[in-house]
Amino acid sequence: MTLEYEYVDRLLIVKINGDIDHHSCEEIRSRIDKEITLKNPRSILFDMDQVGFMDSSGIGVLIGRYKLIANSGGKAGMINVKPQILRICEICGLQKIIRIYTGKKQAIASIKEC
Amino acid sequence: MKIDNEMKLEFISKSQNESFARSVVAAFVAQLDPTIEELAEVKTAVSEAVTNAIIHGYACGTGNVEILARIYDNTVEIEVRDYGAGIADIELARQPLYTSKPELERSGMGFTVMETFMDKVEIESLPGEGTVVRMTKTLKTV
Repeated sequence: MTLEYEYVDRLLIVKINGDIDHHSCEEIRSRIDKEITLKNPRSILFDMDQVGFMDSSGIGVLIGRYKLIANSGGKAGMINVKPQILRICEICGLQKIIRIYTGKKQAIASIKEC
Repeated sequence: MKIDNEMKLEFISKSQNESFARSVVAAFVAQLDPTIEELAEVKTAVSEAVTNAIIHGYACGTGNVEILARIYDNTVEIEVRDYGAGIADIELARQPLYTSKPELERSGMGFTVMETFMDKVEIESLPGEGTVVRMTKTLKTV
């Protein structure tokens, strides 16, 4: 599992490469939290293009990072969500708090507006 | 019920084995020629059950997790068994959003995901003796 960070002003885009399960979520959590503490982004966008598998452990991690960002007034979004991962997001109601965008440009424009 | 095929897998309750376990079950189920969606559903349900065994069953140490998978007709039956802590209140544990470990950022959706992705989910558990999650799913023939 690897993470890539990109910034568009104060929007942090995190590209997650690999499966998100209970095993990998500890590392994802600690590394993203470290990045948030160091760089203090306003909002966060998860790029899920290279995530082939996610179970409910991943839902916990994404909601946890959303809470961190939302506490300081920011927004969270997701892009490139594969159909099988979209299903679990829908079951858990994740898209009600972390909006799923159709593309990167649209996500950046929408999140930066606020 | 005539069993067409069967396999058993046993591993230590280490989180590194979650990916291994779901991949093995997916490879076993692949002989039924499932759709990509069906395979993803089975993998996710297995991942949830194995994660529960590791996090909750063996919260206070390590032990063995056993998976027994059977195929009959177009149906797969998967049992995930641990010999750990057991569940005191199964109905409570099945509730969406319920988690006994909120400090771990758990979503509390594990059983709900299993129930959504599989046709039937049965739980047998005794505190101090362990838990068996038995899930079945009939795959659609194309």
